[in-house]
Amino acid sequence: MVESALRERTSGEVSASSLQASLLPALAVRDVSHGFFLRDTHLQVLDRVDFSVGVGEFIALLGPSGCGKSTLLRLVAGLETPVSGVVATEEGPILGPDPSRILVFQDPTLFPWRKVWDNIAIGLEARGLLRASRARVDDVLRLVGLQNFANAYPHQLSGGMAQRVSLARALVNDPKFLLLDEPLGKLDALTRLSMQGEIVRIWQSAGFVALLVTHDIEEALLMATRVLVFSERPARIKADIRIDKAYPRHRDDEDLVRQRHEILTLLGHASDW
Amino acid sequence: MSALISTRDADPAGSFRPQESTVSASKKSVAGHSQAIVILAFAASAAWGSAGIITQVAEDVGDWGRATEFAILAEVVSGLLFTIGLLHLFLPRIVAPVLRFLPWSLVLGLFLAAWEWSTAKSGLLPMPFFPPPQALLEVFLDDGGKLLESVLASLELLSLGVFFGAVVGFGLGVALGCWKAIGYWMHPILRLIGPLPPVAWLPLAFFAFPSSHAASIFLIALAVGFPVTILTWSGVRGVDPAYYDVARTMGASRWFLIRKVAIPAALPHVFIGLFMGLGASFVVLVTAEMMGVKAGLGFYMNWAQGWAAYANMYACLLVMALMCSSLVTLLFKVRDWLLSYQKNALQW
Ligand SMILES: Nc1ncnc2c1ncn2[C@@H]1O[C@H](COP(=O)(O)OP(=O)(O)OP(=O)(O)O)[C@@H](O)[C@H]1O
Ligand SMILES: [Mg+2]
Repeated sequence: MVESALRERTSGEVSASSLQASLLPALAVRDVSHGFFLRDTHLQVLDRVDFSVGVGEFIALLGPSGCGKSTLLRLVAGLETPVSGVVATEEGPILGPDPSRILVFQDPTLFPWRKVWDNIAIGLEARGLLRASRARVDDVLRLVGLQNFANAYPHQLSGGMAQRVSLARALVNDPKFLLLDEPLGKLDALTRLSMQGEIVRIWQSAGFVALLVTHDIEEALLMATRVLVFSERPARIKADIRIDKAYPRHRDDEDLVRQRHEILTLLGHASDW
Repeated sequence: MSALISTRDADPAGSFRPQESTVSASKKSVAGHSQAIVILAFAASAAWGSAGIITQVAEDVGDWGRATEFAILAEVVSGLLFTIGLLHLFLPRIVAPVLRFLPWSLVLGLFLAAWEWSTAKSGLLPMPFFPPPQALLEVFLDDGGKLLESVLASLELLSLGVFFGAVVGFGLGVALGCWKAIGYWMHPILRLIGPLPPVAWLPLAFFAFPSSHAASIFLIALAVGFPVTILTWSGVRGVDPAYYDVARTMGASRWFLIRKVAIPAALPHVFIGLFMGLGASFVVLVTAEMMGVKAGLGFYMNWAQGWAAYANMYACLLVMALMCSSLVTLLFKVRDWLLSYQKNALQW
């Protein structure tokens, strides 16, 4: 097990120079703790989480349900600020949401009053770019295979189609960081397989940093360049596993099977499989 | 409220539409169905016909004009219904859209015949209070101009009041939902004044405003404004925060969030508020017209009562009902148009 070496090293506060020193990671999560106040009790969710992400990496986040994976993505998206610690990009600490970091939520959360096309266009519209880049909307719509549903309303879509629209709505913004919160959770096994391949292809060509939360170890191994395994809440990084395999990968690959066992053991299911 | 929530009941006459008979239905039952429609059309025709004949032939116990016109009208409808029955035998496609009205036509025809007989012909119902149908027709024909004037006066008052009330209520509701500071100041005021029935202000308002006309507009606006404010507010507050998060991560400004997320998400609530406000505005309108405004349907009603002109009162009531119902229908049409994305659009 590779306990993140960075954790030991950077327990102090992060200055601009120390960020520079650490090989300029695209994303640095430094000693982040976070929690929520529920009435008068404090619920600790993240416990000194610390990792760096290099340019072009594809990170899968695995961990028990309710451990704080979605919360971590919200911090990276800038929708919340950590109670302690720093989340930073090359441009500095993350202080709020920014279209360069787009979060695809666990639920598709499409706007029910907007047609599919307009749902996808909302980011461009919000930044006043829609007029110039209407073709871009059509492109991503084709990318997720929904060009025939441009004029459908969300309630007319299946769960999987809605997830794809939600993905397209993120991609249209050309983000530097794509934060995916179980985006394939609602898909059937076959669509899921093809979407996994599709997302990897898009990631390879667009070159963004991907953070993918998933419950599916196989999915993590098929898609990511690195897998972070989290503990029960409060989430700590239990392991940081590099997957050095060329794409497209095969689920029966020996190394992947071995790594799957390793992760299962970490998650406490050693003997079941 | 329940009218907004329940979807339209199954059309009871739906079974009379021949195109809806299923493919599996046997030929015989389709033919039987068809026969039933023809019989129904002829029965409705007979009902209207008898209403006309009773009016024309039997002796009146009182003195009412326009009996001939009413009889002719009833006979014309009777003829139309008869034609529909015949057409259904030979060209069923042409009359298919109107078949759903047949059951109602029959009941209306019977009602008119009974009404005519129990008032003008037998005097069964006490006289001045229950005028026969031709007396109502007389009001529409001879006093129609005045009724129309009253409708227009009422509509003018109502539309101004509803417009201001809806605009202010909507703006206030959105503001309350979006800025805490506004809630601090407005909430206590709304809580104190909102539940007060707007007509309670009438005596004061007539005194405080330069004209009863202006006072009524203010009170109608108040009646509409309160529910619209509250429901817009609750609509904005009820917006799923995830919608804001999605838009915010994509670079939406606060103004964009209000315009493109908060307001569209709250719109279904706004329409419930408008529906409730419209109902309240009718109360204020009629009360104000009865109590001080010298025009409009409420005023007409009061005036007719002063002359013990019962036929005029019934006619006025009918016009009022039609006006209010049409306005609610209009509101629902606008809503259906704006909220066309909704899965099962609710019906009025
Ligand atoms: N806004 C909030 N207020 C209070 N508690 C919260 C809030 N958001 C999350 N939590 C709590 O934080 C914990 C972690 O939540 P989170 O959604 O990050 O889990 P998760 O790892 O994504 O779980 P899952 O895999 O089931 O989606 C949960 O116990 C949850 O109850
Ligand atoms: Mg989650």
